[in-house]
Amino acid sequence: MQKYSIFSLIKNAFSNHKNWEVAWKDPEPKKQYDVVIIGGGGHGLATAYYLAKEHKITNVAILEKGWIGGGNVGRNTTILRSNYMWDANGLFYEYGMKLWENLSQELNYNVMYSPRGIINLAHSDAQLNTYSRRGNSMRLNGIDAVMLGRDELKKMIPFADFSSSSRFPIFGGLMQPRGGTARHDAVAWGYARQADSLGVDIIQHCEVTGFEVQNGKLTGVQTSRGDIKTKKVGLCVAGSTSLLAEKLNMNLPIESHVLQACVSEPVKPFLDHVVTFGAGHFYCSQSDKGEMVMGGDLDGYNSYAQRGNLPTIQHVLSEGVAMFPNLSRLKMLRTWGGIMDMSMDGSPIIDKTHIEGVYLNCGWCYGGFKATPVSGWTFAHTIAQDRVHELNSKFRLNRFSTGHLIDEKGVGTKTWIG
Amino acid sequence: MLEIKCPYCGKRSQNEFSYGGDAAVKRPELGKEVSDKEWDNFVYLRKNPRGNHREFWHHVAGCRQWFKVLRDTSTHEIFKTARLDEEL
Repeated sequence: MQKYSIFSLIKNAFSNHKNWEVAWKDPEPKKQYDVVIIGGGGHGLATAYYLAKEHKITNVAILEKGWIGGGNVGRNTTILRSNYMWDANGLFYEYGMKLWENLSQELNYNVMYSPRGIINLAHSDAQLNTYSRRGNSMRLNGIDAVMLGRDELKKMIPFADFSSSSRFPIFGGLMQPRGGTARHDAVAWGYARQADSLGVDIIQHCEVTGFEVQNGKLTGVQTSRGDIKTKKVGLCVAGSTSLLAEKLNMNLPIESHVLQACVSEPVKPFLDHVVTFGAGHFYCSQSDKGEMVMGGDLDGYNSYAQRGNLPTIQHVLSEGVAMFPNLSRLKMLRTWGGIMDMSMDGSPIIDKTHIEGVYLNCGWCYGGFKATPVSGWTFAHTIAQDRVHELNSKFRLNRFSTGHLIDEKGVGTKTWIG
Repeated sequence: MLEIKCPYCGKRSQNEFSYGGDAAVKRPELGKEVSDKEWDNFVYLRKNPRGNHREFWHHVAGCRQWFKVLRDTSTHEIFKTARLDEEL
């Protein structure tokens, strides 16, 4: 593989950039693989990369129905953080943050990790108490957390509503300084390029249509481009997980919902951090191009349509205007939707299943993007070793029936309650 | 914007309604011994289909009645709505 560097850039400038190697190949599917990963999104590509790099399993195929990076990894709001209270989440996502910090070097691809800090605003004394509890839990787990007062916040985010007539006055906030953003497409492409160079076959426009299971063991998958023999398959298909699970006669604790995001027209820099509204579900950051990147609630009903409706956008942006009144003067550039695999407790599932050789990676809810590296890392371990790693040992599929839910926020699919 | 036909009030905008989830899920019978598996099925596990979906909606900013809707989850098209005591 051609390494990207200032020297390769200069060298290729002499040939008008016409001789760059392709970043990944376009192979025909083979008849047999050691591991098949379904889904060429961030999690699938990362899983294949760590299978090859950490576990030396290189006879791996990624089967993607459309094109790689065309699903939720290209539709999110690019936020990275590990500001969780429960150990199961905190330790898992913090391991992910450590992977993010070194990811551009590791992948030889600039993922534009920007540790600009993520601020959760508090609008009451009670909320500040809750945030200090969460902040303390984070620090006990070795995660950076800083409590901010109103005066400090005034200096950091001067355009927020600090007026005396504010409906939701800002009391303070909790900040994770290492939280921030990354360039989402680069994450998918960086993992794809490295996985390809380690021998992984990235097969696009190849839909999985069925599974072959004999005596409770997986023996192969059927695809739109022929049958493939394999003893291990990993599902990384986010909102479509239930559709594949149905082919295996499995019901999952998952509902698919549409989540919208939007960006405004580009403006000069005025927001240096990621900021979340504490009195509702709204957050925003400013992209490198100057657009305000904003998101909030699910539309709130089961959906496989990658588009939502206006009432949710209006609801989310009215919260945005309550937080930053000057947002009301911006024009919206575009809105879009992605299909979230909403688990019933709001936390993910990375586990084996009752069928030998079938592994599950789903339930990412609102937050799959930040988990891309650590999800791939732990899922690769689970597949290669046929057992969960300590980091994903709480994200079991059976936690719902045994009562070991991870109710970080107490929201799963049921956003209509609360 | 979804337009939902409340069986009591007629067609109204989505803003007046809130969603109540999968209507095909059946609560285990009262007064009977219920296994953990049955509770698991009822509380957590869902078919989550792409296509036709029977679901509950609540006309929360209207007549406040619950009712059933048959909707396509891949297109958001609503085919039919019915009262709770009617077949859908």
